[in-house]
Amino acid sequence: MKIAIASGKGGTGKTTVSTNLASLLAESEDVVLTDLDVEEPNSGLFISGNKIHAEDKFKMIPEWKKDECILCGNCQKVCNFNAIMKLDKMIMVFPELCHACYACSELCPTKSLTMKPKKMGELKHYRSGNLDFIDSKLIIGEEQAVPLISQTIKYVEKNFPSSTTMLFDSPPGTSCPVIEATKDADLIILVTEPTPFGLHDLTLAVETMKKLKKPHGVVINKFGIGDAKVEEYCAENDIPIIAKIPNSRKIAELYSTGKLLYKELPEVAVELEKVIGYIKKHQESA
Amino acid sequence: MKILFTAKGTEWDSKMDPRFGRTEFFFIYDEETEKVETYDNRAIANEAHGAGPLTAQKMSEYKVDVLITGNGPGGNAAAVVTQTGTKVFVGAGEMTVKEAYEAYKSGELK
Amino acid sequence: MKEIVIISGKGGTGKTSVTASLAYLANKDVIVADCDVDAADMHLLMKPINDRKEDFFSGVLPTIDQNKCIKCGKCASVCRWDAIPIIDNKYIVQPIDCEGCGYCARVCPADAISMNEQNVGDWIISDVKTNTKMVHARLGIGAENSGKLVAKVKNEAKVLAEKLNKDFIIVDGSPGIGCPVVSSLSGANLVVLVTEPSVAGIHDVKRVYELVKKFGIKAGCIINKADINTDKVQEIHQFLEAEDIQLISEIPYDENFTKAMTMGQTIVEFDPDGIGRILMNSWEKIKKIA
Repeated sequence: MKIAIASGKGGTGKTTVSTNLASLLAESEDVVLTDLDVEEPNSGLFISGNKIHAEDKFKMIPEWKKDECILCGNCQKVCNFNAIMKLDKMIMVFPELCHACYACSELCPTKSLTMKPKKMGELKHYRSGNLDFIDSKLIIGEEQAVPLISQTIKYVEKNFPSSTTMLFDSPPGTSCPVIEATKDADLIILVTEPTPFGLHDLTLAVETMKKLKKPHGVVINKFGIGDAKVEEYCAENDIPIIAKIPNSRKIAELYSTGKLLYKELPEVAVELEKVIGYIKKHQESA
Repeated sequence: MKILFTAKGTEWDSKMDPRFGRTEFFFIYDEETEKVETYDNRAIANEAHGAGPLTAQKMSEYKVDVLITGNGPGGNAAAVVTQTGTKVFVGAGEMTVKEAYEAYKSGELK
Repeated sequence: MKEIVIISGKGGTGKTSVTASLAYLANKDVIVADCDVDAADMHLLMKPINDRKEDFFSGVLPTIDQNKCIKCGKCASVCRWDAIPIIDNKYIVQPIDCEGCGYCARVCPADAISMNEQNVGDWIISDVKTNTKMVHARLGIGAENSGKLVAKVKNEAKVLAEKLNKDFIIVDGSPGIGCPVVSSLSGANLVVLVTEPSVAGIHDVKRVYELVKKFGIKAGCIINKADINTDKVQEIHQFLEAEDIQLISEIPYDENFTKAMTMGQTIVEFDPDGIGRILMNSWEKIKKIA
């Protein structure tokens, strides 16, 4: 079963929830945690394990061969992303703009453009007990997150049986990296904070999940600060509040050291058990 | 020399546009013929991605020897400009076109 | 006119709260730009009114005219994203999977596919409570967060700043390291990195700084929640020294930030003598280095 942990706003505690949840679950069953926040993956800072596999991830980019090229400029004409240009005596490709649609390559009358792999990120796979942890990172300068997110999900699907509990730590926001990370999930857990920023961004995230027709529930992190408007919003919209992780300076300090929270803070463990309960309920009814 | 200025208007006293890729206008001055040509670049400036290289490509159609601008072309655009062999002078971002020309002639630009 | 862009790499460090505070202090000397278009929050503290809204178009989506379609399947076969499945014996484009490359339209032998520009959001110019204007935007759900909308917000802010003769533009930047951040950074005179002394905060600020370095922009740093981990603060100091980034200020962990936010206020309004004073000094320093 695929569970995505998402949020509208960054910094609400997605990674805190996913890493602690994954570790707690792994005490009794097989779990795969995948960090899909490929621009700034952080889960690896909190989870340790033995690296069992690493692979470079590639996107396909057209490579120009001048021998047969007649400089007709068709390649530039068929590219919607301005990623390829016909100059006086050569064809120039701009790799970061290319979306690998293959149009220029396949429509070239002289077959002078071949699609070749270019490294855009790295996937690393770690294991610690029952927990498998996959971490994918974009290399600096690469601008498109979606292809790496998509390839990482495929890696997980290929290497683990669908009956495994799969947690996906998603990127923040509601634009297309988030869509890519959540569109095939069975269940979405939205993490928010009880503040005006948290509420505003939660409504965007809920709108997105409704559009994708995904069942979703809310975890309120840093509960105790701010106000009750997030709770009111959830009640008015029939959105289950799965857990309320308390706010405390102690938690902020422990978090800053890179340690997991639930082992030292029973109040956090109690709330995470509620999240596990919510997941199990869905697994049974599925 | 044929010189292209990135500008916000089409007159000698128009302000320079400090950007290259999304410059609003080309102001092209041919020192030999003393003629001025202008081009409205705003359609390219409106592109989501790749405005820089497109502007560079458009510039190459005018066969200019010198480009005078504010910040200089970004990575991709610069690659195209290098191919065309145009000499680039930067630092004129806050001037008018006329002031930029004078600064160029007196060697003040980089 | 100088452009100051505030970024953090990681979410939750206080970027928007700090940006709004600086905007409050700067009052009518600046134009404010909220370039965090995916999850724009500045308006919750700046209280915009008199919105002038414009549609924003980006990318294209194909539509198949079923009357012209001869069901040859060529469109589906060239699509790299499997975005044209057969549903009820008809080829139908799935917008959520479509990348907007236009390849399908180019190869359709029956000319049955048209590409239509997408209205993916709005950009807005408003009056804000600090006697100036703010440019902000809202990107639609699932839209490609290209730098285009960010660029639009910045450009409109620049135009306004020049027209109204303002000294600065203050930009609430986009998170991450991808295209929207690149767009937030281009043209900046000074980048302010807002970070926190945590493993994740430090990791992300270093990563986003690599991008700032590539652009060669001057940078300064504000350490928020500075007293939750003194070891990590030391680590940040070392990083700043090594990279020649100026330390602008350190702000202690203070729940007043959130209390202020729930009242729709910046911390400067809520706690002028405490944290407000630190931010006041920060703004003075920023004006000098920019």
